[in-house]
Amino acid sequence: MNKLCREKDISGCSIFGLINTDGEKVSGRVITDAISVMHDRSNGLGGGFSGYGIYPEYPDEYAFHLFFDSIKAKEETEDLMNKNFLIEYDEKIRTDNSVNLPNKPLLWRYFLKNRNILTKEGEREETFRVVMDINNNIDGAYVISSGKNMGVFKGVGFPEDISKFYRLEEYSGYTWTAHGRFPTNTPGWWGGAHPFGLLDWTIVHNGEISSYDANRRYLEMYGYRCNLVTDTEVITYLFDYLVRKNNLSLPLASKVISSPMWEDIDRMDKKERELLKALRITYGGALLTGPFSVILGFENGIMGLGDRLKLRPFIVGKNENTVYMSSEECAIRKISPELDSVYRPRGGEFTIAMLDECYE
Amino acid sequence: MSKIIPEFIVKKNEDKCINCKVCVRQCSEEVYKYFEDFDLIRIYDDKCVGCHRCDLMCPTDALTITKNNSQYKENSHWDNYTIKSIKKQAETGGMILTGSGNDKPYTSYWDRILLDASQVTNPAIDPIREPMELRTYLGKKSDKLSIKEENGEIFLETELSPQLKIETPIMFSAMSYGSISLNTCESLASAASKLGTFYNTGEGGLHKKLYKYGKNTIGQVASGRFGVHTDYLNACAAIEIKIGQGAKPGIGGHLPGEKVTVEISQTRMMPPGTDAISPAPHHDIYSIEDLKQLIALIKEATDYEKPVLVKIAAVHNSAAIASGIARAGADVIVIDGFRGGTGAAPSVIRDNTGIPIEVALAVIDQRLRDESIRNDVSIVAAGGIRSSADAVKAIALGADAVYIGTAALVAMGCTLCQKCYKGKCNWGLTTQDPVLTRRLNPAIGSQNLVNLVNSWSLEIKEIIGSMGINAIEALRGNRYRLRGIGLSDVESDILGIEHAGM
Repeated sequence: MNKLCREKDISGCSIFGLINTDGEKVSGRVITDAISVMHDRSNGLGGGFSGYGIYPEYPDEYAFHLFFDSIKAKEETEDLMNKNFLIEYDEKIRTDNSVNLPNKPLLWRYFLKNRNILTKEGEREETFRVVMDINNNIDGAYVISSGKNMGVFKGVGFPEDISKFYRLEEYSGYTWTAHGRFPTNTPGWWGGAHPFGLLDWTIVHNGEISSYDANRRYLEMYGYRCNLVTDTEVITYLFDYLVRKNNLSLPLASKVISSPMWEDIDRMDKKERELLKALRITYGGALLTGPFSVILGFENGIMGLGDRLKLRPFIVGKNENTVYMSSEECAIRKISPELDSVYRPRGGEFTIAMLDECYE
Repeated sequence: MSKIIPEFIVKKNEDKCINCKVCVRQCSEEVYKYFEDFDLIRIYDDKCVGCHRCDLMCPTDALTITKNNSQYKENSHWDNYTIKSIKKQAETGGMILTGSGNDKPYTSYWDRILLDASQVTNPAIDPIREPMELRTYLGKKSDKLSIKEENGEIFLETELSPQLKIETPIMFSAMSYGSISLNTCESLASAASKLGTFYNTGEGGLHKKLYKYGKNTIGQVASGRFGVHTDYLNACAAIEIKIGQGAKPGIGGHLPGEKVTVEISQTRMMPPGTDAISPAPHHDIYSIEDLKQLIALIKEATDYEKPVLVKIAAVHNSAAIASGIARAGADVIVIDGFRGGTGAAPSVIRDNTGIPIEVALAVIDQRLRDESIRNDVSIVAAGGIRSSADAVKAIALGADAVYIGTAALVAMGCTLCQKCYKGKCNWGLTTQDPVLTRRLNPAIGSQNLVNLVNSWSLEIKEIIGSMGINAIEALRGNRYRLRGIGLSDVESDILGIEHAGM
């Protein structure tokens, strides 16, 4: 339905993320309990989750979650996928239809293997292109997530209803992120819910990006098409562009997206100053302004990042081997009443939590 | 005896007049003549250009300059301007000259664009309480930085192309020494250095006195190559190749011999008293590949340390031209719209040639993005920028910065009488007459310019703060924050903005 929606999505939100740094998996029930505490930060017009490590039976295949508006869209999508991919397995995503949700699309998942032998970067680039192709060119088909051993579950409803609908307690993952949405201009459209996913990136986001069109037009120079007209989509693409295509580390990418102020850069020592100046000059189109806090999910961890002025709430808690990130502390306390430490990052400060095995 | 109805009526209130003769001394157009034998000041209305020097200087406010209501019979097709032009040409056999920018009632798209502001979902930012960043770097940007991490240390391997750092996205556009006085040049130069921005020498070379402002100087290389030598190139922070000017696309420059004083002749490296004529094209640039060679030549002469700007007039196929300029290796493209000013141009060209800067800017920015080369160049929009709002709209349409020329002159005293070409500027700006040039004190001119740019910068901060933006790069190309009012679908499409209500 919403292929060429020109009105930008505006919404306030709740966000939550957790990672077990030992790689131990927890059920989707846990994060549902957390996000549902922040019920009042959403209004029933969007909720969603992403889980990492949820498809151990297909760890090396790209897991595609799709929304279809019609069987025709599904057939066209499969034709397109077949050109580049072998469909190892596909099925209708299992749901609990006793949950009453509006405008449900057809939900399908695929596990795909690249037909061609490619480098890791080549594989990801090919997958990226296919995702862009489906989202841009097939009417009524939307790729919701497209990473390995992970998936996004989202729709129109409160997060706890979405969780029940997708039977999230049946999945277990080492990383989960969640989102409750409070849109002010609602298309009531499932694709507009969060998290937004591309490859193994997922973003849940609370805020409104005042730089949106500057970012969108910047990204469109590099092959991205921002059809969903949401901030979350743009933020996801920015991370993909900076990290995957420009080989920036996540900390440096976050220094681009929430750049330090010039007056702070001017005060840094020469080496750091030259680096940050170069980043800001070169990637100025990727600077985000306006209020936001986001949780970026990726293969090995999660990263929290806020805007430069700290205009949205964000808090990080740690208990033993689990790191939590949330809009509000109450959500963390709900599932982990005792915490070793609680930290409130400053404006523009990033927080990264990764699987222990990924630290060098 | 001219048979042209005067444009203005000069009225002197005899009750107020104290017969001090300030008006006689102030008016270089010789509107006032004092007859000693009769102790009488006679007024020649037909000579008045409407610059308002006399009435503003009159100590007793005895003078009023009004439009002459006695005009040729009203006619929508044959208006007074047309009739007068025909009569002037019948009398002289020449082209009608004019100064400053196109004043015809074409659509001003700036006035058909409205700005967005934040409400509820996104907090507006108060520039008094929060940092608000206007700093801009002009120049070619790398597409990608190469950064190495070794033993926890980070090394930047990419060397950035030369950049011009400006603390506010407003610069002073090209006005040559010759077309304007040295005092005016110095006002601009000193203001630019105080503001952390740049002024532009125009095609007149750089007077020795102004070398000390080199760090804030963009030196122009135009088709006449006046005053272009190695020291000049190296004294300036950047070099601008002038291909065209918005007020007179396809037309060269003409500085009459009377204006070529000894100092100007030395600065321009030409004989005094001779006309300084810059050809319409550069005679070593007949195509884009020639431009590429000139850019390379200038870079070679300046050790690849200075950005090269290329300035073109906004014409119908600007987008394709701009793409070519970007690919020819320019660091910055300057687009000068048809409202841009001039010291002298044939009216027929100024009033009929070129396109609005808003349109040219929008299509050039979009074209460079479509070709994924927008980062290869910065874009400076020029030609009729009147206010901070125009500047904000230009940046949101896609410019990195704007040039102001006419607004700068107005700040120094200009009243837009449009007679710059006569060399008699009563405000001491576009003249070389030593009696007149003394009227501008460079210290005061400079302060007025600093005040103007500072107030615009404050206003820009207030505007982008109201949009919830706190860094100018987040405004650049952010057309979503613009809406059209009273635009047709075609106009909206070309500008790349939605109509109000969408």
